[in-house]
Amino acid sequence: MMKGELARFQIFSRRALLLGAAEGALALLLAGRLGQLAIIDGERYRLRSERNRIALRPLPPPRGLILDRAGRTLAGNRLNYQARIIPEETDGLEEMLLRLVELLELDAADLAAVRRRLRRRNPRERGVIVKENLSWEQFARLNVALPGLKGVEATAGLAREYPMEGAGVHVIGYVAAPAKDELDGDPVLQLPDMRVGKSGIEKTFEPVLRGRAGVVKIEIDAHGRLVRELEREAGTPGAPVQLTIDRALQEWVTDRLGEESAAVVVLDLADGGVLAYVSNPGFDPNLFVRGISRENWNALLKDPRRPLLDKCGGGAYPPGSTVKPIVALAALHHGIVRPDEKVVCRGKYRFGDNVWHCWRHEGHGPVDVVDAIARSCDVFFYEMAQRLGIERIAAALRDFGLGRAHPLGIGDQKAGLVPDPDWAYGATGRHWQGGETLNVGIGQGALLATPLQMAVAAARLATRRLDFTPRLVHGVGGVPVPMDAEDVPSGELAAAREEHWELVEKGLRAAVAPGGTAPHAQIPRRLGRLAGKTGTAQVRRISDEDRESDRSESDRPWHERHHAWFIAHAPARGARYAVAVLIEHGGGGAAAAAPVARDILRHILENPPARPDGAGASRPVAGPARMRRRGEPA
Amino acid sequence: MRATHSLFAPRELRLAWWQRPFRVSLLPLVAWLILGGIGTAALYSVSEASWEPYALRHLVRLGAATALLFAVVSVDLRRWLALAYPAYAAVLLLLVAVEFIGVVGKGGQRWLDLGVMHIQPSELMKVTLVLALARYFHARHVWTTQQLLTLVPPALMTLAPAALVASQPDLGTAAILVMIGVVVIFLAGARRLVFIVGFAAFLVALPVIWTNLHDYQRERVETFLDPERDPLGAGYQIIQSKIALGSAGVWGKGWLKGTQSHLKFLPEMKTDFILAAFAEEFGLMGALVVLGLYGIIIGFGLTVGLACRNHFGRLLAAGLGFAVFTYVFINVGMVTGLLPVVGVPLPLLSYGGSAMFTLAIALGLMLVVGIERERVIPRLAT
Repeated sequence: MMKGELARFQIFSRRALLLGAAEGALALLLAGRLGQLAIIDGERYRLRSERNRIALRPLPPPRGLILDRAGRTLAGNRLNYQARIIPEETDGLEEMLLRLVELLELDAADLAAVRRRLRRRNPRERGVIVKENLSWEQFARLNVALPGLKGVEATAGLAREYPMEGAGVHVIGYVAAPAKDELDGDPVLQLPDMRVGKSGIEKTFEPVLRGRAGVVKIEIDAHGRLVRELEREAGTPGAPVQLTIDRALQEWVTDRLGEESAAVVVLDLADGGVLAYVSNPGFDPNLFVRGISRENWNALLKDPRRPLLDKCGGGAYPPGSTVKPIVALAALHHGIVRPDEKVVCRGKYRFGDNVWHCWRHEGHGPVDVVDAIARSCDVFFYEMAQRLGIERIAAALRDFGLGRAHPLGIGDQKAGLVPDPDWAYGATGRHWQGGETLNVGIGQGALLATPLQMAVAAARLATRRLDFTPRLVHGVGGVPVPMDAEDVPSGELAAAREEHWELVEKGLRAAVAPGGTAPHAQIPRRLGRLAGKTGTAQVRRISDEDRESDRSESDRPWHERHHAWFIAHAPARGARYAVAVLIEHGGGGAAAAAPVARDILRHILENPPARPDGAGASRPVAGPARMRRRGEPA
Repeated sequence: MRATHSLFAPRELRLAWWQRPFRVSLLPLVAWLILGGIGTAALYSVSEASWEPYALRHLVRLGAATALLFAVVSVDLRRWLALAYPAYAAVLLLLVAVEFIGVVGKGGQRWLDLGVMHIQPSELMKVTLVLALARYFHARHVWTTQQLLTLVPPALMTLAPAALVASQPDLGTAAILVMIGVVVIFLAGARRLVFIVGFAAFLVALPVIWTNLHDYQRERVETFLDPERDPLGAGYQIIQSKIALGSAGVWGKGWLKGTQSHLKFLPEMKTDFILAAFAEEFGLMGALVVLGLYGIIIGFGLTVGLACRNHFGRLLAAGLGFAVFTYVFINVGMVTGLLPVVGVPLPLLSYGGSAMFTLAIALGLMLVVGIERERVIPRLAT
């Protein structure tokens, strides 16, 4: 037995040592593996561990404000209360959505939008917006319920807000979610709240207004939940853009126009600033910020008054008689008419085989240049056009700013059209017909001008300076934008003599006096009177039949009626403001457009707009410091 | 050499039960306590520097397990010899009971709900299997041991619980039971050829085993072979664990400063992956210290076995040492990506009771062997 015991022990101890050696070897293997991970591959794993825990999230910068000349907000930022859902933090996404449907009164469309967002979710983004623009009541209700809603957040972002609603939309423009081709590589555009300028100042100054995104370095856990903030780089809020627009005037003009399809440009003659730039009807840009519905969009597209069109700078119309002062000045300057020379108007003008009619069927009798402007005698200007020839008329019109775009910095400014033989040959392949010159002489034919161009023409008539240039942007980021004179075509009219200007001015004053075309457009004497010129632009050919009939313009369908023009400046001596009014299909210039221009000039003289330098402004011009405070989410 | 000790050493060792704890070897006991402390510290860190909910309970459990350890120590080695079969039979019955009334959890039916605690009979089986096998071979002559027929009962004793555990299904623990059985039979002195043939048979059977695995088990093995295959699914744990260990460097990120664990990138970190959480904060050095402490306990089993004068004690201590080794090796291999994730905890560090109590009993028995290493127990004594 003892022998057996010894043998048993010997086998055991040999094998136990073998086992021990094997265990030791495996233990060394583990130690080596640990060492390999920690030392040899350590650097790689350290990087991965950092990557595991650190996430960079862009901070959307508050968008720069758009201010009027007095620092009043034209486009601001408001708090946008949102409900967000973070699917991975909920206990059940569907269940939570159902609860939110109840709580936030979501309809089927909202719910479909949420599901769409959930599907197209950017993985770097935290959660998905369930509903934006919550009312305060909804937001409060959500906050109260929040402790029971796992994975739901109530946040306050910033959303663009246009306090004037539709009144300034064609100047200011609007913002909307960026389209694919608008993603310019700025990562901040990937954020679901981000909007980019789609038109107007918002679009032109997009880089300035957007600012630079900040970035917050956060520690996240394995579920992407924020643990704590590590670092924050604030970024730069968008810089404010200050316009020369006077918000009060802009709104007043919009109210005055009411339902009319119209365009009004009011210019400050002292510095060229655009005080009002109203294309009516507008549309509420706030609709676009939230994403416009198909219904609303179709309504805008189908409206015959074309609310989407900027009629001030983008609508080109025959200017009608409003060009007569220019033609008159050219005629005087070129010496083809003496100041006291009279042309007899019998209502008809014969040229070649055709007969051209004066708007006044029975004729004006003998008229001199001042009468011709005041009473808008077509025959007189047929004669002037005939004497001047198309080349000199075109040059004169160009001197007054027609036929070229005035770059205000907002989108498409149309150049209009000043026809001449070169153009005719190029466009129609036919040589210039002598009769066309007559049409151009009274602002008809192929001649097209925008209300902005006519406002500039009015301003040049008022200031007698052909280098008068309109400007819309007063300052960017608190730095004034220097006035730069438009390079004016080397027109001969620049050398027009004072007495010729004086005669034209006399005609403009007479036009709004008894005996003129717009005797009721005058303003009280204490305000310094106004001088102006009516225009009635034909939309259709006037047939002989029409001339014989007694049908008045207002009996015609709206779209067949004439466009009504009025350009004016005030005070008549030492003019400070110029205005151009176009009422689409308004009928006669005197009846439809002149009263609007009169009321505007009267209003503006009684309520002078604030000075952009702050003097006399009701509120100080916003500086960057004030900006930032407004821009920060509360 | 111990082997040349006098065979006439005193057969009787008279110690009252209350005297026995004072005779235990201190080194493995200290290792036990330090490991328990490390576990508490790691769990404290994992629950965001809080005693709740794990660290305090772990500490309480450590106290209970230490008490159990001393309870084991207070029992005589011959009593353990006598208890070996009944204990084995009782645990085997529990395993059968699990089949019918077990609690389902983590993809398997492994626990018995005893009201106060859940026990996992498969864990207890690791100890009772060694006890039963040690008793069986203690009673066998060295020549009988080398007969093939003698190996049939121990093979059945090993395979029966392994089969029950495998059906839970807990293939990892079943494999460990088989390995423990094989090692004890090996130490007992069975012929080497048996093991060579057995291993060859295992290799041949491997494809059959593979096709009979559950899908999730196959996935685990596939994921182990290529963790990046499914980096957000099954491979995620291994990747995150390796990041935790690798980014820690030699000295670690400092206590309570582990980002992987605190930011919850590490899955199962309070249980199977606690070592990764601990090592992230204490570095390679921390991990090596843990390995060293287990090494002390495992090595103690071997040395006390070598020093023991009865075959029962020898097989018991070395076999239990190996059982402890399987925990450590498989867990650390799993955490470091050397082995597939099979759900083996690291006793004393991992949150959870069964492994800790199993280790308490195992270490307690090793200490008993240590106390009574001089005792000669006749082959036929029961």
